[in-house]
Amino acid sequence: MQQFLNVTLGGLAQGAIYAAFALALVLIWRATRIINFAQGAMAMFTTYLALVLIESGQSYWTGFAVALAGGLVLGALVERVVMRPVEGGPELNAVIVTLGLFVALQALAAILFGATFQSFPAPFGLRGFTVGGTTIAFTPFSVFVIGSVVVVMLGLVALFRFTDLGLRMRASAFSQEVARLLGVRVGRMLTLGWAFAAVVGSLAGLLIAGGNLVHPAYMDAVIVYGFVAAVLGGLESPAGAVAGGLIIGLALSYVSGYLGSELVTLAALAILVAVLLVRPHGLFSRVAERRV
Amino acid sequence: MTVPDTSQTRLAESRSGAAPLFSATGVTVRFGGLTALDDVTLDVLPGEVHGVIGPNGAGKTTLFNVCCGFVRPGAGTLTWRGQRLTGLRPHQLAGMGIARTLQGLGLFGGLTVLENVLTGADRFRRTGFGSALLALPRARADERALTERALAALTEAGVAEYAGRYPGSLPYPVRKRVAFARALAADPELLLLDEPASGLGAAELTELGELVRALAGRMSVILVDHHMDLVMTVCDRITVLDFGRVVAQGPPAQVRDDPAVIDAYLGEEASRGGDHG
Repeated sequence: MQQFLNVTLGGLAQGAIYAAFALALVLIWRATRIINFAQGAMAMFTTYLALVLIESGQSYWTGFAVALAGGLVLGALVERVVMRPVEGGPELNAVIVTLGLFVALQALAAILFGATFQSFPAPFGLRGFTVGGTTIAFTPFSVFVIGSVVVVMLGLVALFRFTDLGLRMRASAFSQEVARLLGVRVGRMLTLGWAFAAVVGSLAGLLIAGGNLVHPAYMDAVIVYGFVAAVLGGLESPAGAVAGGLIIGLALSYVSGYLGSELVTLAALAILVAVLLVRPHGLFSRVAERRV
Repeated sequence: MTVPDTSQTRLAESRSGAAPLFSATGVTVRFGGLTALDDVTLDVLPGEVHGVIGPNGAGKTTLFNVCCGFVRPGAGTLTWRGQRLTGLRPHQLAGMGIARTLQGLGLFGGLTVLENVLTGADRFRRTGFGSALLALPRARADERALTERALAALTEAGVAEYAGRYPGSLPYPVRKRVAFARALAADPELLLLDEPASGLGAAELTELGELVRALAGRMSVILVDHHMDLVMTVCDRITVLDFGRVVAQGPPAQVRDDPAVIDAYLGEEASRGGDHG
C-alpha cells in the first residue's frame, strides 16, 4: 500500500511536468501545425541560463524568473527568425527545421556550458513528508512542481478564455486567413504563441532539473514522454495534453515501480502505439463534425 | 477594353451623381496565361447593394479577392472614399470598415458562435491587452459593449439563440447566418458577400434577400452570387462579368434585357468561341 502511494505521488509530480511540456507542444501545434521538436532543447538552454545565474551567486528565484523570461524571448525569436521563413510551406520542412534547431541548440549548449553533468538546485526540500511515522515519496519540491504547473495552466486558461488577446490567438489558430480578414495581426499572434509555449516549456525544463543533474541532452527523454502525452490528449486540446501528461506520468511511474525502470521507455512506446491504433485522434477527441 | 463597357459605366455614374465609396478601376489579373480579370471597372455608391453576377469562371471570386487584398491586380487601381489604396493587406480591411463573408463560411470551429462574432467586433475594442489581463473596470465595460454589439449582430441575423453553441453542431443555414452576423458585427461601411445564397432553400433565400435589403442605406454591399432571382430583387445595380470582362452594368431591369447578358447566360458558344479563340 505504501509502495502504491509512493509510486502514485511520484507519478503525479512527474506527470505534471510532462503535462506542462505536452501543453507547450500543443500550443504550437494548434497555432501552426508544427510539432516543435526543439522544445526540449530550448527549455534545456533556458535552464542553463538559470544555472549560470545561480552558480554566480544569484538566488534560485532570480534564475527561475530569468529562465522563464529567456524562454519568452527565445520562443519569439525562434518563431520570427527561424520558423517564419518555412511557415506556410510543406509541413515537413518546418519539422526538419525544428529538428535542426534541436541539434544546434544542444551543440551550442555543450560549447557554452560544457557537456558534463552539473547538479541543479531545488528551491524546496527534497526529503519526503512524514505521514504517521513513515516517510512518503512526496516532497516539498513535488508540491512546488504541481503547484507551479497548475498556476501556469490556470493562467493559460484565463488568457485564452477570458481575454481578447486569447480570443484573437484562438481565432488565428483555427483559421489564419479568416482571422486576418477580421483584422487580426496573425503574424504577431504566432510569435506570441511560440513565446508563451516556450515559457511553459522552460518551466518544464526547470522543474525536471530541480534537484537533479543537467547536461545538454537531459531533456531528451522528456521530449518523448511529453510528445506521447500530447498525442494521448489528441494534440489539439490543451486540457487533453494535461490529462495525457498526468496519465503518462502515472503509467510510467507504475511501470518503473512495479516492473522495473528499464521498461519505462518501452512502456511509453507501447502507450503511443496503442493510442495511435485505438484512438488515433487521442483519448479526448471530440467526435468529428458529421458531413451531411 | 470594349467601348460599350466603359460607356455603360459612365452612364451609371452620371445617373447617380454621388461619389463612389469604393471603386476598382481597370483591374486586370492574370494567372499565368489565363486572364481572370480584364480591365474590370466597378463603382460602389454609398448605401447601395451592388450585385456581381456571371457564369462560373467569369472572375467573380477573383474580383472579390482583389477587393480584399488576397490577390494583387497586375494593373488597375482600388479607391476607397476617394483615396487610392496601394498595397492593401487583408488585416487592414476590418479597420478601414470593410467586412467580407467567405464561400466556405470560415467560422472558427473551436470558438462558440458568440466568440466567433466577437472576433468580428474586435476592431471596436479600445482597451489594451494589459488592462484586459488585469480586468480593470474600463476593460470590463469595453468587454460588455463588445458582447452587446455581437449579440445585436446575432439578433439581426436571427440566430441569437445559438450564441453559446459551437458552429459544428449547427445546421448549414444557421452557420451561414452566423458568418453573416460576424461580418455585421464589424459594422462595416462596405460588406462583401461571397455567394451568400449557395446551399440555401427557397424560403431561406427570401429571408436572405430581406436581410440584405435591410442593410441598404446603412452600408454598401457587394453581393456575388449566381442566383439570378436573389440578385435581381435585392440589388440596386448589377455588374455582369463574363470571361473576366464587364459585359453589362446598370440597374436590374436594364441588365436583365441586355443582349450581352442573355448571350453570356444562354451561351452563344459559336460567337463567343470566335471572340476568344
